[in-house]
Amino acid sequence: MRSISRALTSIQRCARNCSSNQQESLSGLVRPFSSHAKLDTDTKASQGDDVPKKSMNLSSAKLDTDTKASQGDDVPKKSMNLFSAINQALHIALETDPRSYVFGEDVSFGGVFRCTTNLADTFGKHRIFNTPLCEQGIVGFAIGLAAMDNRAIAEIQFADYIYPAFDQIVNEAAKFRYRSGNQFNCGGLTIRAPYGAVGHGGHYHSQSPESFFCHVPGIKVVIPRSPAQAKGLLLASIRDPNPVVFFEPKWLYRLSVEEVPEGDYMLPLSEAEVIREGTDITLVGWGAQLVVMEQACIEASKEDISCELIDLRTLIPWDRETVVASVNKTGRLLVSHEAPVTGGFGAEISASITERCFLRLEAPVARVCGYDTPFPLVFEPFYMPTKNKILDAIKAAVNY
Amino acid sequence: MAGSTVRSLMKTSTTTTLARVAKLITEARSCSQQRTWENRRSSPLLLPAREFSCGSALWNASGRSSSLESEELLKKNLSKVLSPTTRQLSGEPEKAFTDDENLEVLDYPGAKTSFTHELKFIPESAAEPVPCYRLVNDFGQPLPWAHLPEMDVKLAREIYSHMVTLQTMDVIFYEAQRQGRFSFYMTTNGEEAINIATAAALSPQDVVFTQYREPGILMWRGFSLESFANQCFGNGDDLGKGRQMPVHYGSHEHKYFTISSPIATQLPQAVGAAYGLKMGNEDACAVAYFGDGASSEGDFHAAMNFASILETPILFICRNNGWAISTPTNDQFRSDGIVVKGRGYGIRSIRVDGMDTLALFSAVKEARKMAIEESRPVVIEALTYRVGHHSTSDDSSKYRNKVEIDHWKLVRDPVLRFKRWIEAQGWWDIDSEKKIRTEARAAVIAAMNKAGRKEKPHISVLFEDVYDSLPSHLKEQQAQLREVIARHPRDYPADVPTL
Repeated sequence: MRSISRALTSIQRCARNCSSNQQESLSGLVRPFSSHAKLDTDTKASQGDDVPKKSMNLSSAKLDTDTKASQGDDVPKKSMNLFSAINQALHIALETDPRSYVFGEDVSFGGVFRCTTNLADTFGKHRIFNTPLCEQGIVGFAIGLAAMDNRAIAEIQFADYIYPAFDQIVNEAAKFRYRSGNQFNCGGLTIRAPYGAVGHGGHYHSQSPESFFCHVPGIKVVIPRSPAQAKGLLLASIRDPNPVVFFEPKWLYRLSVEEVPEGDYMLPLSEAEVIREGTDITLVGWGAQLVVMEQACIEASKEDISCELIDLRTLIPWDRETVVASVNKTGRLLVSHEAPVTGGFGAEISASITERCFLRLEAPVARVCGYDTPFPLVFEPFYMPTKNKILDAIKAAVNY
Repeated sequence: MAGSTVRSLMKTSTTTTLARVAKLITEARSCSQQRTWENRRSSPLLLPAREFSCGSALWNASGRSSSLESEELLKKNLSKVLSPTTRQLSGEPEKAFTDDENLEVLDYPGAKTSFTHELKFIPESAAEPVPCYRLVNDFGQPLPWAHLPEMDVKLAREIYSHMVTLQTMDVIFYEAQRQGRFSFYMTTNGEEAINIATAAALSPQDVVFTQYREPGILMWRGFSLESFANQCFGNGDDLGKGRQMPVHYGSHEHKYFTISSPIATQLPQAVGAAYGLKMGNEDACAVAYFGDGASSEGDFHAAMNFASILETPILFICRNNGWAISTPTNDQFRSDGIVVKGRGYGIRSIRVDGMDTLALFSAVKEARKMAIEESRPVVIEALTYRVGHHSTSDDSSKYRNKVEIDHWKLVRDPVLRFKRWIEAQGWWDIDSEKKIRTEARAAVIAAMNKAGRKEKPHISVLFEDVYDSLPSHLKEQQAQLREVIARHPRDYPADVPTL
């Protein structure tokens, strides 16, 4: 059993599952994500008094063994938040491969979320550069650069703005290898994009568009849950010989802080991780939602319900075997994501598990997801798949 | 000279001297314009810029900057204005834009320019359309004062032979589709010169991103007739493994990226590839081909802007053939074609007679040199006519009349025009013509027959290459399919090997 930090401060609990009064008092604590806000430029600042040091952690106790450096307990680690871990991964990717490039809107000065801080100073303006404000151009350009045997790490400023690039991702990047009979590929392409709720993002700074991309053979979709996970998964995505869409939970950029191994390491793609073992029900999620699901698991344990929590990490191609094994053990499944429930990736997991574990299931597969509405501003606390919604669904499944 | 005065002034310039600087710009410009006009008379490269009268690309290119940097930028731009090479190639506005009565320089980050008291809008089009660069007329005769490119007998014969082979391949493959041997085909009729002449002007190191009406580039680079036929049949030797419709060729060996059907998607990709070439200091450029319809796509805009901003060595070669399936250019854009769009992005551009092999060859050679040596994009708009239907799924007689097609097919044929020119050089005669036509026809038919007899790709190819290796879910689906085939073998085409 891996050690899991379950400590969640009242701030995080509040952030994900609280009344509007509490939200108000929170607004001064949670850092804004907007580019117009004053931005801290280094890790130190982000770990100031107003942000808890040990917080939304589903820490990465297990690190992959097929990494360059051994990542045992003796590996030097440093406490950092998620955007700093991303930044460190980019540093390492750029350092270890002179043919790697980072570009996108506003990346030169460090990016609106600070993920590209200091990269331009360190690696020069020809490897780290601003692009015009044009997502289809960013991805199209990145495909061409990657097709010339480079690593193109493209940033889409918000996942909400990835749609102009949809054609380039779906019709071009995803089919580049297949359509050429493996003569050409753009495997060096990684598209990073912050996704998900953030408390005040409304329609266009909150969306979780992962399921659109999960319907596209030829790309991989990866979503990390914490700083150490983000670093290892991002490095693996960048070095994977296939195009990867890498969604970063922007809610956690500053809030999630944990010990992150300092060196160069990768976490395997298409391998889910059981981050909490249990016997009564399996919970499957990814990214920021795992924090909420973890809270529900803790609450459920107080009522003697033992939950197994799985981080899918890679959505396509996904690790069905791990989920099947878990459901065969627990007999129940709950999937949770922020994206609207209809046609969300939870539907795919639900169908797949029903196909494989039908006779073992003791309750219908539960989905606790966003509603089928645009992502709302004022009603965000109502829209979100919060702890108590999950807890209710856990109880309903167990008592079915 | 105004130039040296400005340079010395720049060393000590302060904000208060900006007005004086602006005045000097005016003087320098009028002076440089004179010299430019002198140059124009002696060089075929230089065309008067008639489109706009409101500032040169140099000033637009300065981009955003803080006010602290603005003076530095001004100095930099001044030196560009005064630099003979930049001035010569960029073209000059018709008149200096500085208003003599108000010499104050406007330094908003969005534009560095001067004030004017005139309420004057830029007209939607220039007084005259951009002229078209042409060296040889429809009868293969060089125009007076035309500087013909260097082309020896060997190269000229090779270009002509390839144009004939391309024409022959089109005729026979088109017929093969009509007989049901291929599922689909697209011809290049009317655009043989753009295909072959531009290919001949490039280096084999240049990477090519095409749309779907440019198989001639691949042919010029040595892709065999059999390889073309393999792709159209989608047989086991098709490099694309039978996965795409006919004419979606691609060859890594020939640096010709595999074609995809969506329009204009190749354009920003070509810019990314060009950036890679630039960073690798390679003596090569990227070349992106597209049609007039593609210029309406967002990807066209994205590519032009990225290429300009990132200073990439790339040629944008537009085949403006008048038709995007059934849509005429008048329903596609209201600009003076594609060539004027270059300036909108701060890119050099030229309009060329796309049925004039020599003009195309000459323009592409020069553009390629500029692109690589100066690391910059260049737009080449080749005016031509799509003589054939859009594809075998199209009947263009429904939207254009036969007289129009026949005129272009019989009177304006680019292959015929080039033949007349090489005949006039004494490099070609009726015997050579008979020989190449007979040989090309025999070679195409032989290639097609051989390709037509080959097996289709094995069924396992269906699942391969989605990723670099086969993930477990695809292995599972592959196994499921095998079982289904075993149960219902007659549901599936017999010519696809499944065992």
